[in-house]
Amino acid sequence: MTNQASDRYVSSLQAALAGGQFVFTGEIGPPKGVSVEKCLHQAEQYLKGRVAAVNVTDIQTAVMRLGSLALSHLLAERGMEPVFQMVTRDRNRLALQSDLLGAYVLGIRNVLALTGDHVSMGDHPQAKCVYDLDSVGLLSAMTMLESGHDLGLDSKGAPNVLEGSPKFFKGCCVTPCTEEVAPQIIKLEKKVAAGAQFVQTQAVYEPEAFDKFMGEVRRRGINAPVMVGIVMLKTVAMGRYMNSSVPGVKVPEATLDRLAKAAKDDRQKVSIEICAELVRAMKPFCQGAHLMTLGWDHCVPEIIRQAT
Amino acid sequence: MIVAQRKPIDEILAMLAGCRRVLVLACGGCVSVCLTGGEKQADILASQLRLAAKARGQEMDAQSDCITRQCDREFFADLKADPAGFDAVLSIACGVGVGYMSELYPAVRVLPGLDTTFYGANVGPGQWQEYCHGCGQCMLAWTGGICPIARCAKSLVNGTCGGTKDGKCEVSPEMDCGWYLIYQKLKAAGRLDELLAIRPPPDWAKDRSGGLRRMSVEELADLGKE
Ligand code: SF4
Repeated sequence: MTNQASDRYVSSLQAALAGGQFVFTGEIGPPKGVSVEKCLHQAEQYLKGRVAAVNVTDIQTAVMRLGSLALSHLLAERGMEPVFQMVTRDRNRLALQSDLLGAYVLGIRNVLALTGDHVSMGDHPQAKCVYDLDSVGLLSAMTMLESGHDLGLDSKGAPNVLEGSPKFFKGCCVTPCTEEVAPQIIKLEKKVAAGAQFVQTQAVYEPEAFDKFMGEVRRRGINAPVMVGIVMLKTVAMGRYMNSSVPGVKVPEATLDRLAKAAKDDRQKVSIEICAELVRAMKPFCQGAHLMTLGWDHCVPEIIRQAT
Repeated sequence: MIVAQRKPIDEILAMLAGCRRVLVLACGGCVSVCLTGGEKQADILASQLRLAAKARGQEMDAQSDCITRQCDREFFADLKADPAGFDAVLSIACGVGVGYMSELYPAVRVLPGLDTTFYGANVGPGQWQEYCHGCGQCMLAWTGGICPIARCAKSLVNGTCGGTKDGKCEVSPEMDCGWYLIYQKLKAAGRLDELLAIRPPPDWAKDRSGGLRRMSVEELADLGKE
């Protein structure tokens, strides 16, 4: 899975971004249960060979399901490079560091550090929130493991020493189109200082706002490659829902209108066009696009074709 | 102050099943200020208990009393009646009072009438809000006096998550985003630089993870020995 990885790069994703090509990544969500064949098959059919890496979400929206480590491993076994998403909501620093070591020995190199949606948003709202580390803390933990130590201290107060250290390509997330973007950029700066080497963004539907955001990011000297988040707009209702309820996501009325006016049979075609146009419009300001097709994985090849 | 809420009456009745003589014991401290565990609330609760028992064709001798504080040994001397004479004492102090009294009177069944909820302040008529979590490592110096442990739903220490919207938290549109408040405060004070420092993960051993927390003030401890 790390066929392009060399001594300099720990993963194909890192190599591709460093190589200056515009990079696409995809995303799959593990099932609620143990039937993994369907999502693995979809990934194999529509993502393999087309995207540099495939993100595996980690108990997304706090809805209990199969873990991202297991599915990342299965993807790797089938020749697809995973981006192992890790949220800090459910595990303390012992479990997070241990799972990072586990991921490494299973051949997983790309890790995306996330805070994770609050448990109140999911299907186990009575669960205890952990958040022992925040996303900055998780990135620091990865950097620490890479240095051959962990976050703990021995009896003399020195960091514990590992028997063999991992090496990751460490990512983080940012929300570029929120009303107040400065706090997001301040946090991004800290994530990069803590070790983040690439950035994936929340969904963007406004290229001008993204352009402005990227200008500010680069002005502050944050030079990590940024992959813009593209969430496939499947229905007008979904767009309206995002506008009212999803923080930092704004779908312009014109975009919604376009989808609304399309004949029913043409909707998917128009959704694909919208994605591809967004990628084309934002390509000059960033290094890649992270495609989140929400189950419409079969659209990925066409989005990439139209966007390139 | 410590804020506590009255338990639902059905839960209280279930706890008191089989009790004939009950003392509802108020506390003159925090819980009287938030109008859940004071003298008046004890009187009301005692009469509620008598009525509820009557409605079920039973008899309950529910009396009420109030002491200055249930977290200090000396005030228990003011009790009007010996607690041992009751089938149960329903304490409407915070959990500290219930726990402390249970320890002082091992033979007495002390039951909680309140759910102890948070350390808060009065923010409007009849309104209390959490301000502190008692994490044992106060960080208010660099957060503009706004606690990220208590007021961010995820207790994050390095700034906002992606869930903040119009200044509110992803958990509820009625809840301010703690990190939004911190950001606005530091911005107004011209101290946004504070936010750029990477804050290490909190030492949760100073919070609940370290087990029972105790404090001793040496001067007082020495006085006690004399
Ligand atoms: S929205 Fe604000 S208060 Fe809520 S969890 Fe995120 S940072 Fe914390």
